[in-house]
Amino acid sequence: MLIEYAIASFFASAAFGIIYQAPRNAIIKCGLVGMIGWVIYISLVWEEVDSVPATLIASFVIALVSQTLAKVYKTPMIIFSVPGIIPLVPGSLAYDAMRNFVQNDYSAAISIAAKAFMISGAIAFGLVFSEVLNQIIKKMRQTKAQLR
Amino acid sequence: MESTEDLIELCLLMGKIMQQNGAETYRVEDTMTRIAQSFGRAESQSYVTPTGIMFTISPGAPAKLVRVSARETNLEKVNLANNVSRKIASGDLSTQVAYKELRNIETSPTDYSMLIQIIAATLASGFFTLMFQGSWYDFLPACVAGGLGFIALINFIRLFEIKFVAEFIASLLIGFTAFSLFSLGIGKEVDKVVVGSIMPLVPGLLITNAVRDLMAGHLISGLAKGAEAFLTAFAIGAGIAVMFALF
Repeated sequence: MLIEYAIASFFASAAFGIIYQAPRNAIIKCGLVGMIGWVIYISLVWEEVDSVPATLIASFVIALVSQTLAKVYKTPMIIFSVPGIIPLVPGSLAYDAMRNFVQNDYSAAISIAAKAFMISGAIAFGLVFSEVLNQIIKKMRQTKAQLR
Repeated sequence: MESTEDLIELCLLMGKIMQQNGAETYRVEDTMTRIAQSFGRAESQSYVTPTGIMFTISPGAPAKLVRVSARETNLEKVNLANNVSRKIASGDLSTQVAYKELRNIETSPTDYSMLIQIIAATLASGFFTLMFQGSWYDFLPACVAGGLGFIALINFIRLFEIKFVAEFIASLLIGFTAFSLFSLGIGKEVDKVVVGSIMPLVPGLLITNAVRDLMAGHLISGLAKGAEAFLTAFAIGAGIAVMFALF
């Protein structure tokens, strides 16, 4: 059920906002950002998109939303993006890899670990992409203003 | 007239607070140079790593260093420091006043009490189990294991001052709780319970910040954060692994 996942990811991200000591008035927004990211991710995975591109898209959207919130509330973007990306972090894959290592199934462990690495790379790429996009827009506005 | 010494101290303190509380490396460098700029020093240079910050107000001037020994994630402090830097940039604050404000931020207690943080970690564990396709039967054991693990983590960090030992013990406790509850018949899938309850310990911010720093060209910061994240992940994995061997 999508709604169940949405609610779970909202509370998980908001709780992480508290663990990471985000400002009080940002907690609900942290939860919403996390929820948006996870709903996008899980719906893409259900549409049989591979989890790496799904993570990339979700973290891109998370960064876009966080940047917008950061601009509106004049805060650093990481306040929203950090709790927001937590659901995407491949904790369960890292755990699976570790478990396979312990059970001496190295080939399975390495392939899962590689997947976990790819996913964390995808998260960072998504964040960077949206930042680059933001900077390009900013520069274009500046040059436009200068031309006038 | 602002004295140069004060300005350097201000920039270093700003950098230290931001770096200690989980801001990205480029943001720390950016903020420091911007503060210097707003006091008319356009040629300052900074070099930020996770364990120390070097700053010089102009090329050729002696560089000053500040050590960053403990790192945590406190987004509220990053936010407050950012507000101070905004005020400086708009010319509302003198160096002395800004320095005092930053000192207050540095020493101010955390916004959330221990209890609230523990409750948050407890709930986060449970909901993560649900998100990883665990059933509602797994919600409660995950909450118990995750909450106990988090309590162990914050107490052992105070006791040992070596983060990785504390993380190892916390994940041992999580594994033990999850597996014993499972053998008592509480919970359906022990894997899901464990995965959910280790989430509060997982170095998610570090991993993404590490890759992010690497991409931005802060190679040393990226590698250092990556190493820290790897050690944490290893400590967690080792703790769970021991429990796997026992049960």
